[in-house]
Amino acid sequence: MIAAQAAPAKIRFEDVGKTFEIRTGPVTAIEQISLDIPAGSFFVIVGPSGCGKTTLLRMAAGLETPTRGTITIARERSDRPANSMIFQGESIFPWMTVFDNAAYGLRMRNAPASEINDVVGHYLSRTGLTKFAKAYPHQLSGGMKQRVSIARAFANDPEVLLMDEPFSALDEQNKTLLQEELLRIWEETKKTVLFITHSVDEAVTLGDQIMVMTAQPGRAKAIIDVPFPRPRKVLELRAEPAYGELVYHIWGQLRDEVLAAKAGEAAEVAGALR
Amino acid sequence: MIATSTDPAPQANEPEAIVIRGTSATKRVLSRNTSERLMGLVAPVGLFVLWEVFADIHVIDTRFFPAPSSIAGTFGTLIKNGQLLANTTISLERLFFGFLLGAIPALIIGLTMGLYRPVRALVEPLIQGTYPIPKSAILPLILLIFGLGEPSKIVMVAIGVFYPVVINTVSGVLQIPKIYLDVGHNFGANRWNMFTTIALPGALPFIMTGVKLGAGLGLILIAIAEMIGAQSGLGYMIWNAWQILSVNTMYVGLIMIALVGFALTAILNEVERLLIPARHDR
Repeated sequence: MIAAQAAPAKIRFEDVGKTFEIRTGPVTAIEQISLDIPAGSFFVIVGPSGCGKTTLLRMAAGLETPTRGTITIARERSDRPANSMIFQGESIFPWMTVFDNAAYGLRMRNAPASEINDVVGHYLSRTGLTKFAKAYPHQLSGGMKQRVSIARAFANDPEVLLMDEPFSALDEQNKTLLQEELLRIWEETKKTVLFITHSVDEAVTLGDQIMVMTAQPGRAKAIIDVPFPRPRKVLELRAEPAYGELVYHIWGQLRDEVLAAKAGEAAEVAGALR
Repeated sequence: MIATSTDPAPQANEPEAIVIRGTSATKRVLSRNTSERLMGLVAPVGLFVLWEVFADIHVIDTRFFPAPSSIAGTFGTLIKNGQLLANTTISLERLFFGFLLGAIPALIIGLTMGLYRPVRALVEPLIQGTYPIPKSAILPLILLIFGLGEPSKIVMVAIGVFYPVVINTVSGVLQIPKIYLDVGHNFGANRWNMFTTIALPGALPFIMTGVKLGAGLGLILIAIAEMIGAQSGLGYMIWNAWQILSVNTMYVGLIMIALVGFALTAILNEVERLLIPARHDR
């Protein structure tokens, strides 16, 4: 087990594994992961595609069940939802306005209207969406839609935030803007975040700690501390030589896994063609 | 080389530049929409004029094709003596109650089937199996069970409305991307919320298509049902006109049914526009 710092664990993975049953037999997505994520930290998992990182996150979200081990999320308040997820791709409801989308979690737990107005209003303004409160998603750009998704998750005031490659579908400029906005909003709340990405740049920009995962079946390969102080400015940070060195170091850890994942894919395709 | 006016034909080895010139004025007087709408009027108006002329000079048999002017006269008479209004009202009533009786269960069953696989597995064969039966073929059985009174007519309409609505509702729920269901679960939606905030609004465009198809089918079935088992309504009016050879009345009934169908479509389109704002204000 790779222990993090002395801070109390907010999310604890103990011996967690997941095996899927598919037609050709069992496939192990995650072999065995034990991990403590300290309260208030921004924890990033990077890994090659298909390494099971999304599965790990979905299990923490309760959308999938581990086939072994336990996941514990420490609770501070019983009236709070355990987690809220920012999904990859389009996940805001096209049939609801921006406001109704952002208010979804609060409405589902019957929060009073005044609280909904205050909280949702706050996060819409933090994400620059106040003017668009009454707009429908099809009127928004991809970046704006993802801002709604961010506002929805923060407004729900969960114990932990789970983010599944939320910016992977955005162009480079929007991605940088949204990373900066996410950092700004997060630094106000200091909620524990578990963030999944395949981008080393994104991991170093956002995270306090980065876990590198192995190619399928997924295991923890290394946990790396990110020493940069907060609040962070994305562009300034990227200009630092130390930033480049860290990215290079993590790439070194990841390279073998990406190659292994590619080899696995190639073998699969060859098998299918045979 | 500089081309002069005395040298109009360019030489083969010197291709001319392609010039695309902008024009400042758009020449359209009417918008395309308006002009297409006007063109749409040309065919029916022309047909009526031809019909009137041919009927007046007896090129067509006026026993079968009475002149539009004489049909209009009958229309006026039937409005004045209240027959047309009475028959139209009773048909609309049957259509309305039959519509509710068919569409509401169809919606509930369809949403449940869409959200719950076991329910779908259980109910789908029943629907697939009974759907191909022509609804008009069930009429005698319905008359037997429900008698000659109002219920049999209402049930006929309900059967017609039920199938398109239930089938479209199920497809509507099934096409909702799975990520929205994940969002519902992740943000604490209970069963009821899954119905009202995700399945119903997500499937609404499909449901409205089903409702429109169902309304059309309901109109067909009410006409048939009233021809056979009723003493009132537009279907009865047309059938009775055949029996007493009042061809004009028959045409009035046909025109009235067409108008009802037209109005129904217009109303449902408006309802759709109000219910699905995300689809139309683009």
